[in-house]
Amino acid sequence: MLSQIEGSRAVAEAVARCRPQVICAYPISPQTHIVEALSALVKSGRLTGCEYVNVESEFAAMSVAIGASAAGARAYTATASQGLLYMVEALYNAAGLGLPIVMTVANRAIGAPINIWNDHSDTMSQRDSGWIQLYAESNQDAVDLHVLAFRLAEELSTPVMVCMDGFVLTHAVEPVDLPDPSQVDAFLPALRPRQVLDPAEPVSIGAMVGPEAFTEVRYLAHLTQLRALDRIPVLARELRDVLGRGGTGLVDPYRCEDAETVVVALGSVLGTLKDTVDELRAEGVAVGVLGVTTFRPFPADALREALRRARRVVVLERAFAVGVGGVVSADIAAAMAGTPQRHYTVVAGLGGRPVTRDSLRSMIADAAADQLAPLTFLDLDHDLVRQATGGQP
Amino acid sequence: MTVQRVKFYQTGSFAVGNRLLDPAQRSTQARMDRANSITSGHRACQGCGEALAARYVLDAASRATDGQLVVVNATGCLEVFSTPYPESAWRVPWLHSLFGNAPAVASGVAAALRARGRTEIRVIGQGGDGGTVDIGFGALSGMFERNDDVLYVCYDNQAYMNTGVQRSGATPPAARTATTPAVGPQPGNTFGQGKSAPLVAMAHEIPYVATATVAGLRDLEAKVFRAMQLRGARYLHVLVPCPLGWGSGTGETIRLGRLAVETGLFPVFEAERGEVVAVTPIRRRLPVEEYLRPQRRYAHLFDPAVRSDVIERLQAMADRNVRRFHLEGKR
Repeated sequence: MLSQIEGSRAVAEAVARCRPQVICAYPISPQTHIVEALSALVKSGRLTGCEYVNVESEFAAMSVAIGASAAGARAYTATASQGLLYMVEALYNAAGLGLPIVMTVANRAIGAPINIWNDHSDTMSQRDSGWIQLYAESNQDAVDLHVLAFRLAEELSTPVMVCMDGFVLTHAVEPVDLPDPSQVDAFLPALRPRQVLDPAEPVSIGAMVGPEAFTEVRYLAHLTQLRALDRIPVLARELRDVLGRGGTGLVDPYRCEDAETVVVALGSVLGTLKDTVDELRAEGVAVGVLGVTTFRPFPADALREALRRARRVVVLERAFAVGVGGVVSADIAAAMAGTPQRHYTVVAGLGGRPVTRDSLRSMIADAAADQLAPLTFLDLDHDLVRQATGGQP
Repeated sequence: MTVQRVKFYQTGSFAVGNRLLDPAQRSTQARMDRANSITSGHRACQGCGEALAARYVLDAASRATDGQLVVVNATGCLEVFSTPYPESAWRVPWLHSLFGNAPAVASGVAAALRARGRTEIRVIGQGGDGGTVDIGFGALSGMFERNDDVLYVCYDNQAYMNTGVQRSGATPPAARTATTPAVGPQPGNTFGQGKSAPLVAMAHEIPYVATATVAGLRDLEAKVFRAMQLRGARYLHVLVPCPLGWGSGTGETIRLGRLAVETGLFPVFEAERGEVVAVTPIRRRLPVEEYLRPQRRYAHLFDPAVRSDVIERLQAMADRNVRRFHLEGKR
């Protein structure tokens, strides 16, 4: 049943229906509404069997989740931006220990300059942390991906972060179909952890591993992620059967079949992109959109399949690797290596700058005419740049 | 139950399993059913105070909880020498995550056990002084203020020994470390710096804070028992001499622990809800030189010239401890 609900509240409801046993959180915009709503659900007794721990930092939030998960509890936390960076050491540790923690990241820029608005700088900086990364296009997507995330994390014993655009999604009120508790229960069995801290069967977790086995441990983590590439489409289909909606899990092609130009993007900008593509299609432009839901593990085969007919690919980046260019682009270029395809990187919407249909239209037009620079900053204010550089371009 | 040979020592002091005691009063180490929480074969240095203290603490806690124990360990010597993959010296469920997060991880374990209705299982967090008073201090304070059901034990050897003896916030003034070298007019660690983690713990008004040393192992065991009778956040700060870092003989570990107490440099006390409720009185007060001389980390105070100015300042610290904690008050 559709209800008019804020994205954060919807995610909190979905998480609650996944019956987490330990929720720990430290406030940071724009994640706050999620953990506030969960706190209310626990306090009011609507979410039972769950400990809500108010911690003193994001580093502690991830650490509490690590302890809780190792002690056999379903653990959840949420963060954003600086908070994600503050927990980085624990993030890698959770992945290395193979703990099935689920975390929402309300995507936000990273300072300096301090900026609370949306882009993907935070999660892109953690693409190599060993966490599975799922990106939500809409609030409906965000809700459903959380249910998928718990199942995936626990099946593979590896942590999963669900990335949803801060403010654009977290604070947007729109109709969302919340999964029924019975639907979630049908899809998500009780946690059966791979190993548990239990006096009845003592285990040592977190040993020091030297050169003789460290490579093998990392390789096994890679194998787990590769298994996720197989499991995500299967689980997404299963979830689709239960909920009667949802994507395919890895990538989501839109009007790509005969597209000469395909724009690749992640997150909420896909909505604007699809509207733009609809307009351009009506005008006879052969353009399509490819949404990437799973960014880690990187779905290279699925991307190759979806992009193989395109003459050119524009990767719309909501993050920027200073001194190099695109973040997603590099992976896509590697996946498409050896094809005659042209590749363009467009950095757009940093620090919350709106990505408008007009800008996307001209971007696609330039690309279709192969007039786009290999690395373009959408809507860059050249006057402001010249002021700062003393007249240099 | 497997029967194993038990060694009895009769030293008439604080040492293991005094056989003149009633069996119930004897050290946990004197019992055939001791847990051997950290078992033999680990890679600690000879004379390691930390390994000794950890064994006493965990075996006592295991006995106090009937074996219902989970241990969370910070990065450091204790972690490194006990778990070089694929070996493990631990016979208790044991988790190592990071250097600075052991208190928070322990909080997470406690939260999970609460959520799972398994509160009969108790949680111990442990680490060295670096992991506790420096990099893990924020997490420790958070665990304290939430009054999470965790006993946190700091094995204080007064520097970062695992990385090669660098100064920590628990390094005492004048001590030589690799980052407070014995050079210049004020050799060794700076006076007026450092912190007392037990006093900061007390400021959180948690149920129980206590200090102990490896020289008082029965006292240490008793404090662990006391701590395990209580719920909520508890803190135990144990002075553990380190032959490597202190430059002391491997057979001097217990004696140095005793000298730290008897000079007044390391006050041994218990506090409940922020108030000191018991102190271990000094039986035979000694000048600080007695404690300083056997340690090469203080060698610059005696050679080439005796630095009586520095020694006097250390003596003044000991005198202050004696006054402040009433260490000579009662016998």
